Amino acid sequence: MADTALAAPTASPPLWRRWWLPALVFLALAVVPLIWPERFVLGLVSRAMIMGIAALSLDLILGYGAMVSFGHAAFLGLGAYAVAILFEHGIVEAGIAFPVAILVGATFALVTGAISLKTRGVYFIMITLAFGQMAFFTATSLSAYGGDDGLRMFHRSELFGTRILANEATFYFVMLGTLLGCYLLLKAIVASRFGRVLRGAKENERRMRALGFDPFRYRLAAYVISGAICALAGALFANLGLFVAPAYMTWQRSGEFIAMVVAGGMGTLHGAIIGAIGITLIEEWLAELTQHWKAIFGPLVVLVAIFARGGIVRLIDRGGR
Amino acid sequence: MSSTLLIIQTLNGLQLGILLFLIAAGLTLVFGVMDFINLAHGVQYMLGAYLAAMFVAWTGSFVIGLVLALATALAFGLLLEVVVMRHLYDRDHLDQVLATFGLILFLNEGVKIVWGAAPLQVPIPAALSGSIRIADGVLYPVWRLAIIFSGLAVALGLYLVVAKTKVGMLIRAGATNAPMVSALGVDIRRLFMIVFGFGAMLAGFAGSMAAPVFSVEPGMGDNLLILAFVVIVIGGIGSIRGAFIGALLVGLVDTLLRSFSVDLLRMTGLSPSDARTIGPAIASMSIYILMAAVLFFRPTGLFPAKG
Amino acid sequence: MSSPILSLNGLAKSFGALKVTDGVTLDIAPGEIHAVIGPNGAGKTTLIGEITGEVPLDAGTVTFAGQDITRWPVHRRALAGLTRSFQITQVLPGFSVVENVATAAQAHDGSSFSFFRPAATERRLNDRAMTALAQVGLADRARSGAASLSHGEKRQLEIAMALVAEPRLLLLDEPMAGMGREETERMVDVLMALKGRYPMVLVEHDMHAVFRLADRISVLVYGRVIASGTPDQVRADPAVREAYLGEEEFA
Repeated sequence: MADTALAAPTASPPLWRRWWLPALVFLALAVVPLIWPERFVLGLVSRAMIMGIAALSLDLILGYGAMVSFGHAAFLGLGAYAVAILFEHGIVEAGIAFPVAILVGATFALVTGAISLKTRGVYFIMITLAFGQMAFFTATSLSAYGGDDGLRMFHRSELFGTRILANEATFYFVMLGTLLGCYLLLKAIVASRFGRVLRGAKENERRMRALGFDPFRYRLAAYVISGAICALAGALFANLGLFVAPAYMTWQRSGEFIAMVVAGGMGTLHGAIIGAIGITLIEEWLAELTQHWKAIFGPLVVLVAIFARGGIVRLIDRGGR
Repeated sequence: MSSTLLIIQTLNGLQLGILLFLIAAGLTLVFGVMDFINLAHGVQYMLGAYLAAMFVAWTGSFVIGLVLALATALAFGLLLEVVVMRHLYDRDHLDQVLATFGLILFLNEGVKIVWGAAPLQVPIPAALSGSIRIADGVLYPVWRLAIIFSGLAVALGLYLVVAKTKVGMLIRAGATNAPMVSALGVDIRRLFMIVFGFGAMLAGFAGSMAAPVFSVEPGMGDNLLILAFVVIVIGGIGSIRGAFIGALLVGLVDTLLRSFSVDLLRMTGLSPSDARTIGPAIASMSIYILMAAVLFFRPTGLFPAKG
Repeated sequence: MSSPILSLNGLAKSFGALKVTDGVTLDIAPGEIHAVIGPNGAGKTTLIGEITGEVPLDAGTVTFAGQDITRWPVHRRALAGLTRSFQITQVLPGFSVVENVATAAQAHDGSSFSFFRPAATERRLNDRAMTALAQVGLADRARSGAASLSHGEKRQLEIAMALVAEPRLLLLDEPMAGMGREETERMVDVLMALKGRYPMVLVEHDMHAVFRLADRISVLVYGRVIASGTPDQVRADPAVREAYLGEEEFA
């Protein structure tokens, strides 16, 4: 009698209903280079996709694990710095630098998560903020690697010895592929036994303990996965702009990531991507309108927080009924 | 490491601590009584500084300028409460964090629009400018002493209000158990407004006093806000006493380590160049390490209001 | 008795000056339904908390199936077969009814650190869940959201979650609370069907249900066990009558 339908709160909607929005998003991203092959547009959408990967990683712990991390930008910066620093020392091969970046992110997540996850609520928010700040200050003090001013890379990472990533179109599709891969990976994780325990702990932690689960181990694992994926986004980010700086790791950036996940619709995964793309594009558009774009963006964020319960994704869902 | 420098930096640490206390007091009350995380509190501090700059230049008198600035800061705080904050009391912390984050973006930019991005200067009132000799060969700016003393006076006043008045009792009760206070028939909405307005004024006062010696610029409140949160986490949420002790602790640790980290590291045998690289980084991180250490032993801070 | 399944020895717990648990010593025999009754404020729910591990003890030991579990955390006790239902139902509201029970089953079905296979399609977990739901009479609500269940149905769900875990001891904290006549009868029937198969510690106020179900009863007053024995023994005990003076159930 087992089938996926049994796990859904109500009778599960048909397949196309559940997948049309993410499919649309990825399709749209795929055709962008064909319609607007200008460097500026590709650069902008690339940045949006990278933020999408970062937002996805945050949605895992925030949307599914109820962990409000206010230091998530640190992972982006760590991944970026890993690639740039290795580059500085002559290691330009992506096949080495990218796994190192992921490992750095995972390790930082493991260590800081083991400490942070002993706390709950606002204390968790504060301690993740603190760790984010520590990463930021460490980066500013690394005078050998640019300190406050940041570090440049002279060219993109080489992929298995080749310079194919230097080609804008190729790199674009590498990023799109990574975004898609991370999305599918996280979709699987969330539906797995592991994901079920994580979601259950978010629903009712006391009940999960009474069933025999220790939420700490699962949350820590999720935190590590999240950090690893965000660091991967950082590695791509370093390659995109050929530049890394401590400014990537400010708490304002971490706040932006939270905004992306919440605005898009937390706990849906594709909501995080939509939120990331939306906010990146809106920021860019507003910045064209006025140098004081934050004066418009700020109130938008406030409105999202107050009114957009469930984010854009749920708004679309409800509109469709 | 001269003793002169030590004395001066200790006083600077106290001064920072007092400013942090004024900011943290409002923050911890708002959090304790209304369970509301207000990231925009640092902006109240910044507004206090800008308003002081504006009114002092207008009226030529620091005292009048200060009074006007406080009144305006209070009014603005209440405006924020009505327009934004009260929609968020029933929401979870995530929504509050996000909304107040948006407010920071808006208000930091707003200040740039109104006053420009360049730092403003606020002259120290003539009577309190200059330095006095507080010990052999140690000169310390009078104004900074004024900050310390006025801050302590406010702290004393705050203690008296909270410990000895009816409003203070309601605030203490609210910090321990707000739903109960409401169930007992107290107009909780008015209590919230009072607490919020009060906190805004305290932060504004800190900003006004700090304006002559700190750089009045957009975003000046952001880093202090984070420090203030560290203070209330260390001190215990909802506790004025905790905020006071936590603030002094953070102010002293941060200031002293920033000045002496390099020297201290060199005393442990590290080479001068290594010490100069690592020192500032450790100094910046020191208060976070302090916070993590406190949370490790006391997960709810040193003097939490809610038993 | 042959080796008790649960052994409480000198349990003590104070909150400040208030002694909530004052030297409770009690053995639960394998296979029996042991009811714990007492006036309000006697410390019954605290006692359950001490057995499950949510409430740390000031003194005393808890032995379960021969092992000293006094220092064990909640989840470890649950994994060892010590399951409970809550006085105020604690379900997973965003999950469906069947997923609630499947999650309970999952805890005893190997590692949950599996990241790629969809849990919802695991046949074994779903089958076990459906069996448990059938036992409590909730099979027709399998696909409903747990939040949409009525009060009584949520209690049935909690029993199902406890059953699917192959429990070695069931701790039931006022399973009849807040239920009407009909729902109570149904719950009693469900528990009667389980009688003998699983030992139970039943904390309850509903004396009608207690006297129908219990093999033995212990009476808790101000944190102490003032009487313990068969229902008839307890009914006749003068100390018990005094504690319940005026309560109709003992008339």
